[in-house]
Amino acid sequence: MIPSLIVLGYLATVVYIGVFAFRHRGGHEGAEDYFLAGRTIGPFVFLMSLFGTNMTAFAILGSSGHAFNNGIVTFGLMASSSALVIPLSLLFIGTRLWALGKKHGFMTPVQLFRDRWECGHIGTAIFAVQATLLVPYIVIGVMGGGTTLQTISGGLVPYWLGGAVVALVVMSYVFFGGMRGTAWVNTFQTILFLGFGAVAVAVIAGGMGGFGAAAEALLGAPATASLFTRERVSPWYFFSYTFIPLSSIAFPHIAIFCLTARKMAQFKRTVILYPLCILALWLPCVFLGVMANRATDIKEVREKQEARRTLAAQGATLEAAAREELRERMRGDDVLVLLLNRYAPLWLAGLLGAGIMAAVMASDSQILALSTMFTEDVFAHYGGKERFGEAVQVHTGRLFVIVLTVLAYLVALRAPATIFELAIQYAFSGYAALSPLLVAALFWRRSTKWGALAVTLWTAAAMVAVAAFQYAVPAPPPGRLALVWSAGGLDLLARTPAGTAVLGLAPVVPMVLVSAVLMVAVSLATRAPGEATLRRYHSLH
Amino acid sequence: MNRRSMPRTRRLALWLAVLALFALHQDVWFWHTARPLLFGFLPVGLTYHALFAIAAAVLMGVLVRFAWPESLEAEVDGRTAETPPAEDAR
Repeated sequence: MIPSLIVLGYLATVVYIGVFAFRHRGGHEGAEDYFLAGRTIGPFVFLMSLFGTNMTAFAILGSSGHAFNNGIVTFGLMASSSALVIPLSLLFIGTRLWALGKKHGFMTPVQLFRDRWECGHIGTAIFAVQATLLVPYIVIGVMGGGTTLQTISGGLVPYWLGGAVVALVVMSYVFFGGMRGTAWVNTFQTILFLGFGAVAVAVIAGGMGGFGAAAEALLGAPATASLFTRERVSPWYFFSYTFIPLSSIAFPHIAIFCLTARKMAQFKRTVILYPLCILALWLPCVFLGVMANRATDIKEVREKQEARRTLAAQGATLEAAAREELRERMRGDDVLVLLLNRYAPLWLAGLLGAGIMAAVMASDSQILALSTMFTEDVFAHYGGKERFGEAVQVHTGRLFVIVLTVLAYLVALRAPATIFELAIQYAFSGYAALSPLLVAALFWRRSTKWGALAVTLWTAAAMVAVAAFQYAVPAPPPGRLALVWSAGGLDLLARTPAGTAVLGLAPVVPMVLVSAVLMVAVSLATRAPGEATLRRYHSLH
Repeated sequence: MNRRSMPRTRRLALWLAVLALFALHQDVWFWHTARPLLFGFLPVGLTYHALFAIAAAVLMGVLVRFAWPESLEAEVDGRTAETPPAEDAR
């Protein structure tokens, strides 16, 4: 009961911040003010909010769950590669986006593409692919909120009510506060979940009687020793994951957020501190995820380990459906909550639960980004702003926020979570494959709209192909590959326990490389935009 | 720093530093070993990547210092890259 009350108090605070941001606006109703906070975000809020926007529920719950079953490799796969690639993309792409946005007044990446490549409908095609890849995040955010609230309250708050409360809270502060409210809430949430890591480590270490003995015990047991190394993942597959953070700057909510800075100098501190923020959040979560294997006094942890052992020992002889059921049972997304429930005092478990909720509720930026994209790339582009005015455009954006949140909630009530989790898994690859669009638009004079269309269509086709492949070929048991296509002694295409391998690499690698090749080849084969347009975009050095 | 006004050797050194750090991410040498354990519990593979994140922050500091695209901001503000901004953002 106490943890639930603390989390509800946190949700009330979040709504208050959003409404406070609404009042702070002081009567401005312009689209730039609502969707981009008038391009006036200050340095501290810019860093905290950008980091918080990039960290979804996966950063806390998913990372610890992945580490629970796969070990310390999780940090190298997803955190340290991001610590290098994301700040680099902010430094070289984010700053240029900011400058061009300020100079030409665009508010979404599609506006930049349309203007830069002198196109209309191709921009709409890019919008459609970007929006399709973003929607599952919003649904999974509502689902995560419902599940977390249900777990923290010990079942007192049912899933449907938890999801409704989270959806209503997010909708309220996005509706009222727009970008300013969302940025302030994200800042508050980031402070909360950055603090979460250190406190959780201290409390759980105390509860477990120190980590030294627990680590030695895990290393001494054959079933868990490998969790302290990276031998469960091949070096090539590990390398593939360095392509995933390319998706960050290509995500519309991140690209749009780059436009909100008051000054370009605000990127400086963000670029430098970003890797340290990643370290502060991911290191405790990954380490605690591994250490959860020692918490065998928790019934649920024992059940997960039992399912993992059964899958490893009997997986080859089981039906695909039975393997899938075991995979579902061994999932570790809730191990952190279980550790807190076991080792933290009630009031602290509530506070830490609020920290988890903060990460789960990252869908606010995606809702706002989709609303911005819809009103700018569709409503305004097709004449709505000219015909009805800017005030109606903002009202449309707000209405879109309501419709989108309600739809996401209804879908979250009916659809199985695994579908959306899979969609999110491949959304990263999809956005990484779209990243050549930004690079070409910003840095390559010779790039054309046809090159952009080729990249967009390829990305959509590759995503559908990977999803269909994984649907058609069941996942093999752990440690094995289901080889589908080989030639000349090379394993060209295989189904792995966690996904797909192309030449031993994750699909993101060929997706990005083919995108880049298509952009170059198709652009060179077609006519470049006019000289006047090129001068507007490439006079900046 | 205007990209075009940056000395070639400095630009090359910065590129090499980025590529070197990228290569260091692929630390196959700690692949199969857990020891030594930092503080008695943190495996070497995890310690290495924690240090990698710190090294990334240091590299970003160097890039911000020596490869900051000053001319972008200058052009938006309507001044030349060599003229300092009127007010330094903190």
